[in-house]
Amino acid sequence: MWTWFHKLASPPHFYRIAGLTIPWFSWPALILILVGLYGGLVLAPMDYQQGEGFRIFYVHVPSAIMSMFIYSTMAIAAGIGLIWRMKLAHAVAAASAPIGAWFTFCALATGSLWGKPMWGTWWVWDARLTSELILLFLYLGFIALRSSIEDPQRADRSAAVLALVGVINLPVIHYSVVWWNSLHQGSTMFNPGAMSIQMKWPALAMLFGFMLYYGAVLFVRLRAEVIRRERNAAWLREELAR
Amino acid sequence: MQPTGLLRAGALLYSRDLKLAFRRWEQVTQPVVFFLMVTTLFPLALSPDTAQLRQVAAGIVWVAALLSALLALEFMFRSDYEDGTLEQLVLSGQPLWWLALVKALAHWTVSGLPLVVASPLVAASLAVPTEAQATVVVSLILGTGILSFLGAVGAGLTLGVRRGSVLLSLLVLPLTMPALIFGARAVDLSIMGDSSRGPLLLLTAMFILSLTLGPFATSAALKVSME
Repeated sequence: MWTWFHKLASPPHFYRIAGLTIPWFSWPALILILVGLYGGLVLAPMDYQQGEGFRIFYVHVPSAIMSMFIYSTMAIAAGIGLIWRMKLAHAVAAASAPIGAWFTFCALATGSLWGKPMWGTWWVWDARLTSELILLFLYLGFIALRSSIEDPQRADRSAAVLALVGVINLPVIHYSVVWWNSLHQGSTMFNPGAMSIQMKWPALAMLFGFMLYYGAVLFVRLRAEVIRRERNAAWLREELAR
Repeated sequence: MQPTGLLRAGALLYSRDLKLAFRRWEQVTQPVVFFLMVTTLFPLALSPDTAQLRQVAAGIVWVAALLSALLALEFMFRSDYEDGTLEQLVLSGQPLWWLALVKALAHWTVSGLPLVVASPLVAASLAVPTEAQATVVVSLILGTGILSFLGAVGAGLTLGVRRGSVLLSLLVLPLTMPALIFGARAVDLSIMGDSSRGPLLLLTAMFILSLTLGPFATSAALKVSME
């Protein structure tokens, strides 16, 4: 297993594997997102309280889950990079940050659009919203720290320390609706019985679609990162000439 | 030669940092002057009406104190990094987390403590009733402590980085937001005459968390920056 692991971590091998797997991520992602959108916007029954307005749920909740999922992936990758000094792990963390930041932004933006008709306001300063906003700032800080350190190795390791410190925020976001009595409703995705299956399956399709999309974009970004770091290597010249 | 014990090494580093700080007196006074000036701006900009000031006093005191302490944060390791002392500390054989803890504590003594001392004056000028003064002081002791221990991580990470000070606030402010929420809440509750026990306990928990975990992250950050 370790040889396989080391092989994967070597840039030429990874570059080829990633190139082969990208279509396996991107096409299912596209199909799942389209199916999920159709299911969510057309097939799913209307919510008895919120009417048609609840349908933004199908974008909002999967993005919010992704924003936290990507941060944990980023932090785990950063930890692996720090402990085993694996360059590829740092590259995973670096490539994940902008994607995670966009998902966080999407969760905040769709939440705000959803909040206007339901709560009567674009934004409230409650625990869920504020902690999600802090998550966005953590992503931005991570990106800013990386880009302002010139030595790539130092940038990797400094940003990794920051990513690990920021992990404290994740449980706060996840349990914010439980710990504080907030305007934001409780979790429905992970609460069995809160939603009927007709309402739930499009959300799950969207979630898996988003995950595969993340995988596809991550691999594209990682390939770009490998090219940038190995730009003087002989294997890359051969690979690109083929 | 006998190796220097942990406590002895800590005491030496602490007294050295204090001595250096008091020889550069303006570094100690500047955050306090900034604190006083920023809080003066609010009554001028909002309204000198006491009832109105009392409503926003908690937020003003806390935000101003955080920003003033943030000003000084940049200098926590700066001069030691530039003259090579930090390298000697890393190589000294003492555990780096311990030295990081002592340095953060020394930094708090010269930048956080003066703010705490000045805070009753500021609070009184914002029409905070005398009964709430104790909460202001206690919450700020914890809050500036949290900022020093968390900020040490950021200061370690941004060593030798161009435009480090802006970056430092970008990194540290999101992490201190929870402390701000509960600290200001505690002061607000006691201004209204309620018990501020709940938020103060949460603030204490955050303080202990940053005190115990912060130094380890700081030492990791310093090692990365010294490589």
